[in-house]
Amino acid sequence: MSRVAVCGGTHGNELSGIYLVRERLKRREDGIEPVSVVTLMSNPRAVQLCVRYVETDLNRCFTRAALSAPVSEHSPYEMIRSQELNALLGPKGSAQAVDLLCDLHNTTANTGLCLITHSDRDWICLHICKHLQREMASTPVRYVHFDIPLDEAYSLDSVGKHGFAMEVGPQPHGVVRSVIFSAMQEGVQLMLDWICQFNSGTLFEGGSVDVFTMVKNIDYPRDPRTHMITAAVHPDLQDRDFCLLHPGDPMFLSFSGETLRYKGKEALYPFFINEAAYYEKGVALSLARKRRVEIPSVRSDTRR
Amino acid sequence: MASAFLPALGRLAVCGGTHGNELSGVYLVQEMERQRKEKGDGAWPIPVTTVLSNPRAVKECRRYIDTDMNRCFSRAMLSSPITDSSPYELQRAQELNNLLGPKESADAIDMICDLHNTTSNMGLTLIHYTSSDWVTLHICKYLQTKITKVPVRVLVLDFQISDAYSSDSVSKHGFTIEVGPQPHGVVRADIYFIMKEAVDMTIDWIHKFNSGTVFEGGDMEAFKFIKSIDYPRDPETRTLTAAIHPQLQDRDFCLLKRGDPLFLSFSGETVKYEEEEPLHPFFINECAYYEKGMAFHLAKRLTLTIPTVQVQKH
Repeated sequence: MSRVAVCGGTHGNELSGIYLVRERLKRREDGIEPVSVVTLMSNPRAVQLCVRYVETDLNRCFTRAALSAPVSEHSPYEMIRSQELNALLGPKGSAQAVDLLCDLHNTTANTGLCLITHSDRDWICLHICKHLQREMASTPVRYVHFDIPLDEAYSLDSVGKHGFAMEVGPQPHGVVRSVIFSAMQEGVQLMLDWICQFNSGTLFEGGSVDVFTMVKNIDYPRDPRTHMITAAVHPDLQDRDFCLLHPGDPMFLSFSGETLRYKGKEALYPFFINEAAYYEKGVALSLARKRRVEIPSVRSDTRR
Repeated sequence: MASAFLPALGRLAVCGGTHGNELSGVYLVQEMERQRKEKGDGAWPIPVTTVLSNPRAVKECRRYIDTDMNRCFSRAMLSSPITDSSPYELQRAQELNNLLGPKESADAIDMICDLHNTTSNMGLTLIHYTSSDWVTLHICKYLQTKITKVPVRVLVLDFQISDAYSSDSVSKHGFTIEVGPQPHGVVRADIYFIMKEAVDMTIDWIHKFNSGTVFEGGDMEAFKFIKSIDYPRDPETRTLTAAIHPQLQDRDFCLLKRGDPLFLSFSGETVKYEEEEPLHPFFINECAYYEKGMAFHLAKRLTLTIPTVQVQKH
């Protein structure tokens, strides 16, 4: 793998990635042989204003349709920017795209560190996950999968041949917490170490990784007339990302004190519980199925 | 101990959404308005007015539209002429001053509770301008005995009322109910219900006081604001070069001593507290204060002595 991209500030108020990109650029950390690393700030205008986005969510602008839509100077800023990033790091789906794109994010949910991708059989991403799980002592590391075909994958990480969002929480938007920054910094360093070892011909033994595949989203209860939410995530569910949720378990506590329970038939794993940015998208939490995925041993082809 | 006889309190205003992304207060005002629709004025044992202070900012889930509303209530701001190009919040502050004030007049409402959230780990903190308003201090004392899930602390700012710039300075007795930690743009059930209990107990105290209950005086602990400390910043770009140190993060109101860590730079260096006087940090890592150049505030702990109070009989 010869070209890697580390992107921060895709959302302008998710500060760990923004400060990590600034730190890497200051220390000129790119260009570690034998892999070249591009470090960049995805949404500089949003970063400047410390907002998630200026006109539209940049991390929804990387579908094939969005990347090929005609843009003019009247187009939303993020639509123009996504095409710029695709030209720089892609084009998505082509042989010129970067080998690995790591997109840095924070969440207000108590997710620990998650690698989020649209594939559950990308052995590179799965091996990197396994490596982080082995090496990161104090941070839980999980693999989250959104089952979307490449053309419809809407996030920046889908531009690389391999890619993932590295999501670390909990951290309020607009705030940088030292331990969250350090966890993200450690995650990125371990990822780059793995790539260097891989490139030098190291054999990474196969094994298994637990993969959480997104099944559905659950919205907040809302007033039918005003659309305002009428309940908060229940205290028994708050902060319990990736703890199994059973039918009948409390989900919401209304502002007048009533408990609302999970009415699904299948026990599932909740995550992104109470993410600030998802209120406007109508998502209180996401639910996933967990399954064990077997991964083969991998070794780079160093024959020349 | 001799009692201080004080007039009965008439009306309470509960204000939420002074900052549009501090959601516990927004939803508590929504819930109180629902209760009023359901039960009429009998919803509470005293007259209560509920106000959504900054509706445009609430709609957009932002702290403010043009300018921080909670800095618009000084005497100077409230009397400045309004034009079409005035900041939205200044116009709205003057509207609220007409509704609940006028500030410093006999017509001003008796009490305002202004509801706020913070990203700092401050539990329930009750913020006042002065250290000599016996009514608000007695309410704090009462909340300290009634609320046990989180620490309940009293912060005094010691401003002159005319200079006081926040919305609670419009009323005769006013204070801010600040609950954290909660990210802006998020409502946490535990934080919401702490705020609700604080408002319910405030209403309870006022009702009991007006009905003749004698509230014993005594000593109480308070924290007095001394100064703010900014983050270490790059001299050219002014961006932060360090975050709050993990050993200080979430330790609001602890005692900070010389040599204790304050910041951990993004390149791994520790910056320490160099001053002689041990002080108590608070508003540690509050999101909204990055742009105001404040990493945390420092306070001195003091003991206030308040008299026994009861309502003046007519």
